[in-house]
Amino acid sequence: MEKFVSLKAIAAPVLRVNIDTDVIIPSKEMKGVSKTGLSVGMFANWRYSDVAARVENPEFILNRAPYRQAQILLSGANFGCGSSREHAVWAMKEWGFKAVIAPSFGAIYYGNCVRNGILPVVLPDDAVQAIAGWVEQDPAANQVDIDLPSQKVHAAGKSFSFSIGDSDKEMLLEGLDPIGVTLKRDPAIQAFEAKDRTARPWVYINGPT
Amino acid sequence: MGRSLIDKLWDAHVVADLGDGAALLYIDRIFLHERTGSVSLQELKAAGRPVRHKEHVFVTMDHIVDTFPGRGDKTLMPTGTAFITATRATALEAGLNLFDVTDDRQGIVHVVSAEQGITLPGFTQVCPDSHTCTLGALGALAWGIGSSEGEHALATKTLAVTKPKTMRITFNGKLGYGVTSKDMILHLIGKYSASGGSGYAIEFTGPAIASLPQENRFTICNMAVEFGAFSGVIPPDDITFEYVKNRPYAPKGAAFDKAVEYWRTLKDDPDAVYDREIVIDCADIVPTVTWGTSPGHALKIDGTVPDPAAAADENTRVSMAKALEYMDVKPGQKLEGLPIDAAFIGSCTNSRIADLRAAAAVVKGKKVSPSLKKAVIVPGSTQVKKAAEREGLDKIFKEAGFEWRESGCSMCFNAGGEAMGEKWRVVSSTNRNFENRQGPKTRTHLASPTTVAASALAGAIADVRKLG
Ligand code: SF4
Repeated sequence: MEKFVSLKAIAAPVLRVNIDTDVIIPSKEMKGVSKTGLSVGMFANWRYSDVAARVENPEFILNRAPYRQAQILLSGANFGCGSSREHAVWAMKEWGFKAVIAPSFGAIYYGNCVRNGILPVVLPDDAVQAIAGWVEQDPAANQVDIDLPSQKVHAAGKSFSFSIGDSDKEMLLEGLDPIGVTLKRDPAIQAFEAKDRTARPWVYINGPT
Repeated sequence: MGRSLIDKLWDAHVVADLGDGAALLYIDRIFLHERTGSVSLQELKAAGRPVRHKEHVFVTMDHIVDTFPGRGDKTLMPTGTAFITATRATALEAGLNLFDVTDDRQGIVHVVSAEQGITLPGFTQVCPDSHTCTLGALGALAWGIGSSEGEHALATKTLAVTKPKTMRITFNGKLGYGVTSKDMILHLIGKYSASGGSGYAIEFTGPAIASLPQENRFTICNMAVEFGAFSGVIPPDDITFEYVKNRPYAPKGAAFDKAVEYWRTLKDDPDAVYDREIVIDCADIVPTVTWGTSPGHALKIDGTVPDPAAAADENTRVSMAKALEYMDVKPGQKLEGLPIDAAFIGSCTNSRIADLRAAAAVVKGKKVSPSLKKAVIVPGSTQVKKAAEREGLDKIFKEAGFEWRESGCSMCFNAGGEAMGEKWRVVSSTNRNFENRQGPKTRTHLASPTTVAASALAGAIADVRKLG
């Protein structure tokens, strides 16, 4: 997995609440059984005025310079709610996003970010608004600076602290393979199963009873 | 301090404490479907990792498969067949339990998991699908994950999870005439917003929950994710045990009795403490329909569309204004009487036999309005379809002018295959009214199956209570 330590980059504000994963990657855009080739479908229904012909909508922020180079997305509460599709994260990652800042996230989306090296940053709504206002004044110059070790976002002449779970932080900083980490705990898993077989034998069946 | 049901489910599955509120949890059952499942299986294979306890992993075809009679692997979705064939091949190769397209046990993942007795009270269960929380209605801790976590669960039979905060939502009183469990959950989300449960695992409890038949309880937990919650659970009781009894994968005989003994401990201690409590009086709940593009945009059937000017903050105001524009409704407008183009009854929210019986009771002997361009019933599973046909429900629907389909997700979501028409106004028994969810620019109004049925007859959003 890719590491995330720190990043200073252009941020794009898309400040609506409840932006769901159907919006981030419409179901129709998940055409193959694969993690790649998804970025062209990212935000397809907002990004294109004619989705089938891929005619860009000049109004949509990511179609405008310098936001095309944005690596950070600023958004409203409950970002990534809805469908569990990890394709939403794969599409954003392929497009070049490395972090998302929002007041809250859909829980599954949040976990998917961490597992793909994208940092989800939770900041209060007024902080996100303040950063967005500052970015909009001069998006190329007013780049947002995120530092994971100190859990701080530097922007708009201020520092904003954010919290993140220890294991998520470690996974991002080290770029760990979570399955490999867990497989090292195999003895604990086996011990659990041995005890559980007695307590809940009906769990350990091999087919219809 | 007493433990809550959620604490008990959590504690029973801790393999290792990971510190900072996180734990490695044992996962009892894993379910996959053809939409997201094959990616996990392919990645796992590429990494050379076997599935641990393949006998506890189940796979069904529901999302992309057509629901037309006589269906096979071919679907209306241009690249759809590849999802079906890839899932079948990877599932068979890994030796998993597969409910294939023409299998009798096929159906929507969250419907068949309960129906086959795969999910049992006290279980942990995951699926790369956000509505896995549906199964919480059996007293299980079940939640949706991404494909990478799916891979992790398949390889290790565990997941590293940070314990969510806990919330108890008590529904007091009795449901009024024409009010269903769908209205209960829409009412809750409408009142507390689509992110009201964000960060929480929720227990739904109280007399109004306890008196719900098991099938109607699934509808409540199904939409816990629409409330932003990690998951939702309902304490299992005699109604639950009766539902589980004799299901194909449930324990039988003495093993069942022993299990019930254990399941009876799955309830709050009297002094259990929750991080948050909400109490709802069912006397306040009437048939509820959404006006916008978030399940939080829910409205009493006799209410009026709200004005964004009254929104608490700027982001919400902008989002509401966009929703009004998308849905082509105006502040102050009544939804009741708004003409519709289509009606849909199906999805993991409301496609069980109880839902179909309730809808059939509304339409029996009547006709769908000729102004409708589409009216479709899609049973949640092949078993539900067969049961409905044994009872003659299919005839009632067909005579009324509904299409009667094979089981699957169908037009609950638009994957590029079959969809509602552009800008159609649809009353739907599903769980998501997101932009483009049911078709290009389709305007979805979420409602109970009986409200959908009544609206289909009227050709407009209707109050089921006013039907003779
Ligand atoms: S019926 Fe709809 S919500 Fe349920 S699993 Fe299928 S697509 Fe998802």
